[in-house]
Amino acid sequence: MKKIYTRMGDGSVVELSDSELRRDLEEGTQDAAKRANIPPLSEDDLRRLVELYQCPDKSVGVERGKEVVLSYDSGTTKFNRANVSVSKLQSLQIYERMLGADTMEMGHMDYSYKAAKHIMWIEQPEFEQALLVTIPPLFYGAMPNLGLYTQPDGPCANPMELLPRGKIREARAAQEEMIEHAVKDMVYVGSVMYESGADGINFDTTGAAGDADFLATLRAVEILKSKYPQMCIEMGMSGDFILGMHGELTYDGVILAGLYPHKQVELAEKAGVTIFGPAINTNTDKSCPWNVARAATFIKACVENSHIPIHANVGMGVGGIPVTETPPVDSVSRASKALVEITRLDGL
Amino acid sequence: MHITHSIASGMGGMRTAGDLVARMQMSRSMKIKEAKEYVASKLKVSVSDLADPVVMSEVRADLGIGRVNALPRVPKGIDAKFRIAELLAIEINCVKLFKDRIK
Repeated sequence: MKKIYTRMGDGSVVELSDSELRRDLEEGTQDAAKRANIPPLSEDDLRRLVELYQCPDKSVGVERGKEVVLSYDSGTTKFNRANVSVSKLQSLQIYERMLGADTMEMGHMDYSYKAAKHIMWIEQPEFEQALLVTIPPLFYGAMPNLGLYTQPDGPCANPMELLPRGKIREARAAQEEMIEHAVKDMVYVGSVMYESGADGINFDTTGAAGDADFLATLRAVEILKSKYPQMCIEMGMSGDFILGMHGELTYDGVILAGLYPHKQVELAEKAGVTIFGPAINTNTDKSCPWNVARAATFIKACVENSHIPIHANVGMGVGGIPVTETPPVDSVSRASKALVEITRLDGL
Repeated sequence: MHITHSIASGMGGMRTAGDLVARMQMSRSMKIKEAKEYVASKLKVSVSDLADPVVMSEVRADLGIGRVNALPRVPKGIDAKFRIAELLAIEINCVKLFKDRIK
């Protein structure tokens, strides 16, 4: 019997039989459905995924007419991280003219709002110059990254040190203080870059430090939209559900801890987010088909529950992509096609 | 990563109408179908033509909204965005600020 070539969530190659493939797809979708209390993928969706993974081609693509638009995180940092010595402006022009980018993003190499705030004096003129010589929409982006506000890097007590000592009240107070600092930085950076002409502001890996991280970003979005109603704000998430590091934080009366993407997007819309990016973490012990079926289930519910465009995060370790520095084309193209066609995404 | 997504699922940016469709999502929160239909109507092409680089090269040349290749006397930056803003009937932030700066 012919085996199906695919990969595990860590990128290693595995060969599955037809029944093993089918089993993984069904288990992946059921895992998501059970956790988030959402419908699993339909039989038709599963059949399409089976055909996708049975296809022996290295690279696959969406059907003609189903193309979507792409947005980015860490746009200009990627070239330097690959040891390619180009300036930010040069990397934007490469994205624009050689890599078919529908949108572009500029960011600080130390890709956090806390770090970026210190260099606005030089980011702004470089960004303004880029806007003069490029055509696609240009975002400025960074991560909320609430962890940076804890000692020794920041001013607040570290909740990760307080919690194991049973100091829950103190850990919560520290997180509430971190929120105040983070909101200030995100509003400052978002404001100055928008006033320099940014087409949009991107908040990447929102929720990475848990519910406090998510709340800080929602509040920053609210403030920015009230200052600049026309501003496009993209919110990219960091994981399937919001970790309850605080546990009692709410937004608009809704407890943030434990929210899955179809509920995260509701609050994002209320705050004023323009484009929402759910992120579904890859399980390295499971196959890519399992991970893609699981991701598709969460994202489909998110798309159906949303009034704003959804650009799913489909990068290293999210959206069914293996957790590896050099994600393989066979896995990436299958996740790309599967998520766009099955969940009816507006972008990636 | 990016190249794989661009080839597998992307519209193609300036090679096609990808940047224009993206602008409609960003400026009016349009879903993909609505954004494509809007841009197609403004460009007077079919929705299926929007992702065709052969068709869109000619359309972009005719409308002066930017082309990938380096050609003389062709809008290639803020000038192209002036035309895009007018064509799509949207406000582009940097275009607005540019106008303010040269008053």
